[in-house]
Amino acid sequence: MSKDLSVKVAGVVFPNPVIAASGTYGFGEDYAPLYPLNRLGGISCKGTTINEKAGNLPPRIAETTAGMLNSVGLQNPGVDVFIKKYLPELKKNGNVIIANLAGATIDDYKAAAEKLDATDVDMIELNISCPNVKQGGATWGTTCEGAGSVTKAVRAVTGKPVMVKLTPNVTNVTDIAKAVEAEGADCISLINTLLGMRIDIKTRRPVLHNNVGGFSGPAIFPVAVRMVWQVANAVNIDVVGMGGITTWEDAVEMMMAGAKAVQMGTAIFTDPFSPLKVIDGLEKYMEDNGINDLSEIVGTVKPW
Amino acid sequence: MSYKCGEYMIVRKKALAENIYSLTIHCPEVTELAQCGQFVHILAPGFTLRRPISICEIDRRNGTLRVVFLVKGHGTEAIARMNEGDRIDMIAPLGNGYTLSSVPDIGRAVVVGGGIGVPPMLETARNLKNVTAILGFRSYGNIILAEEFRKYCKDVIICTDDGSVGEKAIVTEPLKRELEKGDVSAVFSCGPTRMLGAVAELAKQYGVFCEVSLEERMGCGVGACVGCVARINRNGEEKLLRVCKDGPVFNAEEVLF
Repeated sequence: MSKDLSVKVAGVVFPNPVIAASGTYGFGEDYAPLYPLNRLGGISCKGTTINEKAGNLPPRIAETTAGMLNSVGLQNPGVDVFIKKYLPELKKNGNVIIANLAGATIDDYKAAAEKLDATDVDMIELNISCPNVKQGGATWGTTCEGAGSVTKAVRAVTGKPVMVKLTPNVTNVTDIAKAVEAEGADCISLINTLLGMRIDIKTRRPVLHNNVGGFSGPAIFPVAVRMVWQVANAVNIDVVGMGGITTWEDAVEMMMAGAKAVQMGTAIFTDPFSPLKVIDGLEKYMEDNGINDLSEIVGTVKPW
Repeated sequence: MSYKCGEYMIVRKKALAENIYSLTIHCPEVTELAQCGQFVHILAPGFTLRRPISICEIDRRNGTLRVVFLVKGHGTEAIARMNEGDRIDMIAPLGNGYTLSSVPDIGRAVVVGGGIGVPPMLETARNLKNVTAILGFRSYGNIILAEEFRKYCKDVIICTDDGSVGEKAIVTEPLKRELEKGDVSAVFSCGPTRMLGAVAELAKQYGVFCEVSLEERMGCGVGACVGCVARINRNGEEKLLRVCKDGPVFNAEEVLF
């Protein structure tokens, strides 16, 4: 018996709830040698900006206990290259594609969103939470005004479903969530990476050239579950959960916390097949528990 | 570019020097694809990120691949604890190898390896007809693979920092001598960044084609995460290119050391 694992997020149907997280999967083609990309629920593409971006100097990456730090700094070829070169390939195989969009100014977001609006991307994910760029990025996502104004500006220029990706590096994530909901966000994804730092005690240098960077991986999973649960309870729009998901059990837990779908990132570096293992695990979980529709478990945590 | 991801049996393990281990891995589907200068991305049990390790030897007849690595931290330490009969989790082969076709049939090549940059030069040397190896080590206790290089090379020149074996010199001294002879068509190198910079500089002086293999901490290893970049001057423009997918072997003239 094969189960229907499809989920609907902000009106978009994903064949299953497991989405590759932005920044960890490029534009898909790097993983094409391993398996058909359309086995994934969807792909959130590498964050794109209106113009090409060179990113930060290396070293950009380091392992930490049960996790990692990165400070890539949104290196990407620009939204035009994404649209002309990568998107047609990705859509050819029927993948559900989320374009991840970042910017330094409101005008940057608007200009790129207008271009994306004219394509066949299924959804636009607003990255207002990148911790690794000096301008824009997380500075938008750390205040209700900033998050709300970017959402409002993009909302005004696109009919595509807009998902706003939130940073955990704030005092109260639910306030930000409500602000983007009020400005017309169709759904919310969280959490982006936590801001972290490690120091090489031999050289006394930070392990990242950027000094600080985004902390991800299994170590941050409990923080992600907590924030997804808080946000899912605070808003009426759909929530996509991410942050350290590695196994199908993690995915079930995240859905019980309130996520309609999940994104996986760091786990893909550890095991490129991990999203497929999570999908298979979810299917077996549905069979074993007589579940016909994954929405049956969303938000079903029974708090004490 | 094609690669595989799977668990493969370690068929031979050997300690070559202090903290340096050799693993021979049975992986016919990988050896079939592998080229000298490429690397494998190994998952140490219990770790989040894989460790990129260069390919030392490719044995297509036996379907095995050999890697030689230095224990640098907890990850490589965990890999060193694995034994014959264990299955090792690996994405391979990855990256671009050396351009052996740059050496004409009658030409001579020089491979230059420094420290833990020596292993990938072995498979490179094996695939060249007329080749001289220049290998640099700290001291006699750090010397690895020298006998094996003698099987494939007309000349093997050993340098040590303390002069305990071979010449008391850095690799660029014998390299300069070899380049002076005027018959070298290409230099292939792997080692510490400063050494590579000096090798590149020398090759440029003599107008000889030179490729170097760079090292950088990596995330995915396949090009997706853009975590492992190097500063490369391509077509007159400085770019941050991925060591895993655009490299690890680069034309030495393009590398901004």
